[in-house]
Amino acid sequence: MINSDKFHKSRMRKEKFFQFYGIIAILMALSFLIILAYTIGSKGLPGFFQTYINASFDISQEYVDPENTGDEEVIKKGRYRKVFKEGVINIFPEAADNRASYRQASKIFSKGVSYQLRNMVLENNDLIGTKINIEVLASSEIDQLHKGNIDRNLPENLRPVSDWQLKSYDQLIQQGLIKTKFNVNFFTKGDSRNPEEAGILGALVGSALTLLITLVLSFPLGVATAIYLEEFAPKNKLTDIIEININNLAAVPSIVFGLLGLAVILNIFGIPRSIPLAGGLVLTLMTLPTVIISSRASLRSVPPSIREAALGIGASKQQAVFHHVVPSAAPGMFTGTIIGMAQALGETAPLLMMGMVAFIVEVPQSIMDPATVLPAQVYLWADSPERGFEEKTSAAIMTLVVFLIVMNSLAVYCRKKLEKKW
Amino acid sequence: MAATDSFADLNSLPKYYGFFSFFWTILPAIIVFCIWSLASDIWISNSITDYFPAEIIDQGQDKIGLYINSLEIASKGVFIDNVEPLVLSKYLSMQYYSGLIRNSITILASLLGFFIVWKNIEPSLRARNKVESIIMSFMFLASFISIMTTLGIVLSLLFETIRFFGDVSPIEFFFGTTWSPQIALREGQVASEGSFGAVPVFAGTFMITIIAMVVATPIGLMSAVYLAEYSSPKVRSIVKPALEILAGIPTVVYGFFAALTVAPFIRGVGEGFGLSIASESAIAAGSVMGIMLIPFISSLSDDVMKAVPESLREGSYGLGATKHETIVSVIFPAALPGIIGSILLATSRAIGETMIVVMAAGLAAKLTANPFDSVTTVTVQIVTLLIGDHEFDSSKTMAAFALGLTLFSITLMLNVIALRVVNKYREKYD
Repeated sequence: MINSDKFHKSRMRKEKFFQFYGIIAILMALSFLIILAYTIGSKGLPGFFQTYINASFDISQEYVDPENTGDEEVIKKGRYRKVFKEGVINIFPEAADNRASYRQASKIFSKGVSYQLRNMVLENNDLIGTKINIEVLASSEIDQLHKGNIDRNLPENLRPVSDWQLKSYDQLIQQGLIKTKFNVNFFTKGDSRNPEEAGILGALVGSALTLLITLVLSFPLGVATAIYLEEFAPKNKLTDIIEININNLAAVPSIVFGLLGLAVILNIFGIPRSIPLAGGLVLTLMTLPTVIISSRASLRSVPPSIREAALGIGASKQQAVFHHVVPSAAPGMFTGTIIGMAQALGETAPLLMMGMVAFIVEVPQSIMDPATVLPAQVYLWADSPERGFEEKTSAAIMTLVVFLIVMNSLAVYCRKKLEKKW
Repeated sequence: MAATDSFADLNSLPKYYGFFSFFWTILPAIIVFCIWSLASDIWISNSITDYFPAEIIDQGQDKIGLYINSLEIASKGVFIDNVEPLVLSKYLSMQYYSGLIRNSITILASLLGFFIVWKNIEPSLRARNKVESIIMSFMFLASFISIMTTLGIVLSLLFETIRFFGDVSPIEFFFGTTWSPQIALREGQVASEGSFGAVPVFAGTFMITIIAMVVATPIGLMSAVYLAEYSSPKVRSIVKPALEILAGIPTVVYGFFAALTVAPFIRGVGEGFGLSIASESAIAAGSVMGIMLIPFISSLSDDVMKAVPESLREGSYGLGATKHETIVSVIFPAALPGIIGSILLATSRAIGETMIVVMAAGLAAKLTANPFDSVTTVTVQIVTLLIGDHEFDSSKTMAAFALGLTLFSITLMLNVIALRVVNKYREKYD
């Protein structure tokens, strides 16, 4: 009796442990998700903000347009570096002493400030000869210091800002000249070598153009294939081969599609590299199986009675399918297409092969312009050694994830609200 | 005749006559346009060689191809100094006339099609059948694209691989233990032959895959067990989609996470124990890949466990078994094919995964069994060999295709086996 009691207890203990392992496994998986989200979120949020310095610049006639021509070409070639330099010395008089201290002082500001001044003057000629008070970007190092990412107690040679710059920064803080503002540039500018100026608009537009190609090609082709296979195809060897083929294509590693694109789309068809057209073609081949498989599933869920009723009142086979079956199956097809598009949006490896990972400053205007895509931008920035790019990478990831969430919610909405229950 | 009478004479609905005319007007034009564009490109690049400088002709086919390439670029208005202005102007005029002829015959074809329709269209024409057969052939062609894709993959990989095996023997590739293809870059130097023994690359892929599966399999399986057998429907409906988020996150995000968070963390922990861990250690890339694969295993395994008939479960309880005993000795064996299928699919995913390893694993091929060391994988090598390379004639770029073919064959094999196993199992209980 005692023996069997022990046996019973050990069985019950095993039962408890087993269930416990299950909970642990799920908690582990979920905590990975939370850690991932927290890491990206905490790193990325500061990336949406940027440090600005309030500074005044004397746009003197002498530097910008010495002969007062008012000619745009002359103003374009003005010596804005000089204007910038005088502004810097105005704030830090000790920087006037020698070149070395001026270099340190100028590195408190972004490298783009003199271009910003030029663009302002080009836009408004009246500024010439006046003194303007504007907010300009701080350099990435100062930005990082302001966000608390740089340890002040490190020895000078180990930290990206010098003792002198630290002192000047404190001075600026005391004068209330440093401000943190929402980083509008992040959404309105293309890539840049300087972290403080870099934006994702180029990558966003590139992604949109690439996805547009993918959608325009993969939706009609995928749906046509699905309708053919599900409604019309005779049951023979050829149809079987096509079906097996599609299922296997869905599981081919994406990098292999990249190799296909490199060999066929770039080398045989001669489409230039790096353009959304080339990337979109490869992504079309990749998303087709997803679209086909989900469209077929939704066609299959339309009950045969619909087809038979249509045929019974004298519709042709195609009329029955296109007038009755396809409209009923459309929400499912949209759902599958949106999910396919979301996959395509996050895809990087095949686009790496198509040359869509490149440093491109200009925002692409058409599907024939060199472009990069959002995940490729993440890859590029993640590879950059500058500290400032780390938060930009996370911020770009957050933007990417927001788009993915929107697309997937749309898919869920399509499935829940529009799909017919038979 | 009244309008209703004239409709009664029609064989099909009026709109089908419209579609019929539309297709006949537009399709011949499109076909002629495509054929001419293709043919004229080939014809121009063949006949333009007559005007090439003699020294280029003497240098053989490769140089001629390059010269044609620079001509193409120059014709778009980019200045290229090695193109002779005479040849360029000849090329441009050929293109101009070709375009002129193309446009005129396209319009001609369209008019001809319209004329044929106009001659043939009459109420007794079976317009609907004709239009439907055109739509049918479009759908049939669309379904052929997937076959063309597979064919394209296989042919392009095979073609380059065969060329590669002309330079490097397959025995060296599959059994050699030194992988240093980058040396082949510097042509004309001593030791310009790179060495292409891919064993260290395969070993690295194998190690990272094993690490990933060691992380993913127990977590995925136990999650599936809990979700399928223990949890309430409400918990399941929340947790299952939450786990599936892990599969929806772009791999480049995991790569960033592995390289910037996990690798330094593991390195730090290792230093605490006095271990020296490479900053691009296999274990960092592998474990993050494992996290990504959890839902691949949990979702499918959960589905197959749910599909095990209730009668089996009840029979086991009736004999007095606990839930744990039922799961281990009844549900697992019944669902085993599906579980194995899910593990095989996840493995194939791990082998083909690119971004995580490109960002977090190493570049140098090392033959090591130490998971804390840095190793490289097939996909990393494909990417590094091909990025930024425009030509296909060095052994280096062709080696990437040989690796690609190996990768494709292995993952295809795993997928085919997995799908077979899963389908066979489904038949058993359906």
